[in-house]
Amino acid sequence: MIVRILGEGQLEVPDSAAGELNELDGALETAVERDDEEAFRPALTALLAKVREVGSPTEAGDLRPSELIIPQPDATMAEVRKLLTDEGLIPG
Amino acid sequence: MSVVKRVSMIFKAKANRALDKMEDPRETLDYSYQRQLEMLTQVRRGVADVATSRKRVELQMNTLQQQQAKLDGQARTALGAGREDLAREALTRKSALQTQLGDLQTQYQSLQADEEKLTAASQRLQSKVEAFRTQKETIKATYTAAEAQTRIGEAVSGISEEMGDVGMAVQRAQDKTAQMQARAGAIDELMASGALDDVTAQPNDDIQRELDSMGASHDVDRELARLKGELDQGEAPREIEGSASGAGGTTGNGQAGRAADQPQAGEGS
Repeated sequence: MIVRILGEGQLEVPDSAAGELNELDGALETAVERDDEEAFRPALTALLAKVREVGSPTEAGDLRPSELIIPQPDATMAEVRKLLTDEGLIPG
Repeated sequence: MSVVKRVSMIFKAKANRALDKMEDPRETLDYSYQRQLEMLTQVRRGVADVATSRKRVELQMNTLQQQQAKLDGQARTALGAGREDLAREALTRKSALQTQLGDLQTQYQSLQADEEKLTAASQRLQSKVEAFRTQKETIKATYTAAEAQTRIGEAVSGISEEMGDVGMAVQRAQDKTAQMQARAGAIDELMASGALDDVTAQPNDDIQRELDSMGASHDVDRELARLKGELDQGEAPREIEGSASGAGGTTGNGQAGRAADQPQAGEGS
């Protein structure tokens, strides 16, 4: 499956990694839900580290959309929240 | 629902809304392509803006470094002249500049990182836009409107995602650059007002003035010493000439010449 790290581009990640990624994503979700700033940063960092570890960059002209989109490494919790709303940060 | 899936769905929803606007999905291709070209222009402008900011910070850093070097030189001169109080003052100002310089260095690195990121983003988008253009022509030539729908949907949502990502990156960089420009402007103003210990760039540079006046009195002392020396030596050769007249004038003249040279050589050092 294809995963995008915002600001960095897309990576092809083997489907076998989905379980692990779901778990890490769950931790991120919990942190955002509980507004837990202390848990948020390590959760995001761990998720990004896993994706980078198992993924490899897609070809330059690949037009396939991503299944998962991960916020940029320095994203704040407020930025992630905005990403989750339709009027969020995404232009157009 | 999962954070990363929700983010991805929001991106897709935006792309689909653009698709739904067009009656013939093939029109979407041209519309999207136009937007892509606009976004490319926007991201390139973003790169240029960040580069301009980075250069401005670089100039400010150079100015502060020159001032530090000057204060360092002044401290050295003052210490050499036995004025430890002046040397201390110069070094205190130098260390105050160091704080500003550290801040500028952090800004510089941050801008440099942004510039690299945006440049890479611009290249990624460029590759996708080229791929999209090829695919767009194929789809328009080969498929009927109904058949084209799925393929167009895929191509458009893929590139819309890229544009959304690049658009956010440009926005973030612009926000950050605007903040830094405000700070750079503040430093420029401080420099202009002299409040930022920018005494070295002002005509009323008090440390320099004192060093100059010290230097001036030193010059007077040295001049006096030279004159005294000349007077003493001026009498001595006459005595030598007078007493050694029988031994031959050439030797005596040579000695007088060397004696006259000595204070001049001392003056240069």
